[in-house]
Amino acid sequence: MRLRLGMTILLVLALVAAACGDSEGDDGGGGESCAIEDLELVAPGMLTIATGEPVFPPWMIDDDPTNKQGFESAVAYAIATEMGFADAEVQWVRTGFDQAIAPGPKSFDFNIQQYSITAERDEVVDFSDGYYTASQALIAYADSPVQDATTLDDLKPYRLGAAIGTTSLDFIEEVIEPDTEPAVYDTNADAKAAFDAGQLDGLVLDLPTAYFVTAVEIEEAAIVAQFASPAEDPEEFGLLFAEGNSLVDCVNEAIAALEDEGTLTALADEWLTEASDIRVIDE
Amino acid sequence: MAEEPGPLDPLEVRGPGFLLGPRPRPGRRRARREGTRGALIAFVSTLVFVGLALWAILSSDAWPAVQRQFFDPESFREVWPEVLGGFWLDVQMFAVAEVLILAFALVLAMIRSLRGPAFFPLRVLVIGYIDLIRGIPIILLILLLGFGVPALQLAGVPNSALFWGVTALVVSYSAYTAEVYRAGIDSVPESQRMSARSLGLTQGQTLRHVLVPQAVRNVTPALLNGFVSLQKDVALVYILGVREAVREAQIYNARTFNYTGYIAAAVLFLLASVPVARFADWYSERDRRRRQAMSA
Repeated sequence: MRLRLGMTILLVLALVAAACGDSEGDDGGGGESCAIEDLELVAPGMLTIATGEPVFPPWMIDDDPTNKQGFESAVAYAIATEMGFADAEVQWVRTGFDQAIAPGPKSFDFNIQQYSITAERDEVVDFSDGYYTASQALIAYADSPVQDATTLDDLKPYRLGAAIGTTSLDFIEEVIEPDTEPAVYDTNADAKAAFDAGQLDGLVLDLPTAYFVTAVEIEEAAIVAQFASPAEDPEEFGLLFAEGNSLVDCVNEAIAALEDEGTLTALADEWLTEASDIRVIDE
Repeated sequence: MAEEPGPLDPLEVRGPGFLLGPRPRPGRRRARREGTRGALIAFVSTLVFVGLALWAILSSDAWPAVQRQFFDPESFREVWPEVLGGFWLDVQMFAVAEVLILAFALVLAMIRSLRGPAFFPLRVLVIGYIDLIRGIPIILLILLLGFGVPALQLAGVPNSALFWGVTALVVSYSAYTAEVYRAGIDSVPESQRMSARSLGLTQGQTLRHVLVPQAVRNVTPALLNGFVSLQKDVALVYILGVREAVREAQIYNARTFNYTGYIAAAVLFLLASVPVARFADWYSERDRRRRQAMSA
């Protein structure tokens, strides 16, 4: 009896030791060719693009990524065309934020939903080069004293907020440094509700979203100011890939081509209101 | 009639025995020897089970990726202060909410237990409240009270998200807890009510001095169960923008795409809830033994 017990314990220890040993996975190397038949795609012959559920203007219109309406839908199709995919060879899937970043196999080739590229995030996923440089903007009720702010210091006494998953929160904490801890909401819709509930004086969003929110969602609100994106470290939106995805280089080639021929700028002009008339706060 | 809790059994006070359930009775050597053997077998089989589970997880090719995103010591250190700060807020919300719930739910249960046609409208009101609130998802209740009520901009009504978040928890949990109390009141033998009334006590006095003290004792484990549940549900007010522990973990996750913050939050919630669960077990075991002793 005692002997058998001892053997069992030894066996278990051995198993545990074996389990703690090396178990390295092999990341498949990518091919050099960007021809469709050489790409490692989730669905053979199809470009599978993911986005959020729901999606909002001005990034996509009518919650429909397939209509090429809205900046990100248009950019996605432009990239697909540049890579040689016909429109019919593009299929869309919807993912939540968490689903998109969780470890494990992905259901998409890339994901487009205003993901800001940061070094920390890049450790667990891969990003394409940026397809849009975003500035942050602050909105508040049109009749709120926040509207009179002209410097970052003027903003400190107010209760500010941001939506989770955006870099707007980092911006508030690191650049504005308000006196009260900024609140964080699941969605722009919740932030808007807090606004209406008088729990929030100002909301920081990326500028294109700020335009949409003040024009459509919270008509009582207006953009207070935009903040200059730091030149040495601009905030850029990138496409999100599973880490080690071999597609990144080919997609980057397509983005570079679109950049060179001016397509990205043209699409931004078409879908994202230019901000020349909005005051800039940079100190 | 309600009996006063007797002096504590010295055996109970001496050690943290409630951590592991009933202690073996002293002086029964044979039983103890068997207990030792049983403990050994339990230990070994646990070891085998955990070993196999660990082996299955750690030998997976994807384990390094999972480890990096869920169990990263570096991230744990980084996120810990934020999560801990948020957890302190959770604890405060819990303490305030629990006291209010226990009191409010008791009032509801007592109204519901009133007999006689005169109290019909009150009873209907309470039953309606309990049915309605238990049927509404708690998250909706939090959103409705947290964003909806302040948006009405009524004079003198606070608009703090924290205030309304805790209020929503109290409103919701009171409905469930009132039912727990009611089960306790119903479990007191009818003869107790009759005797009290025949002694000339009013309905209110009967409830207060006879039924409720016995009822509360009968349902203490169920109430403690609600405690444990609430300890974690306070996190739900994060949806209003309140930065408690889970929200801090989520913020860290959104910033870095790393889930380790949730593990940090889970550790804290476990540290808070496991003792309550062990205490509940110990308490009901003690209560059971006392009753046996009484009926013997």
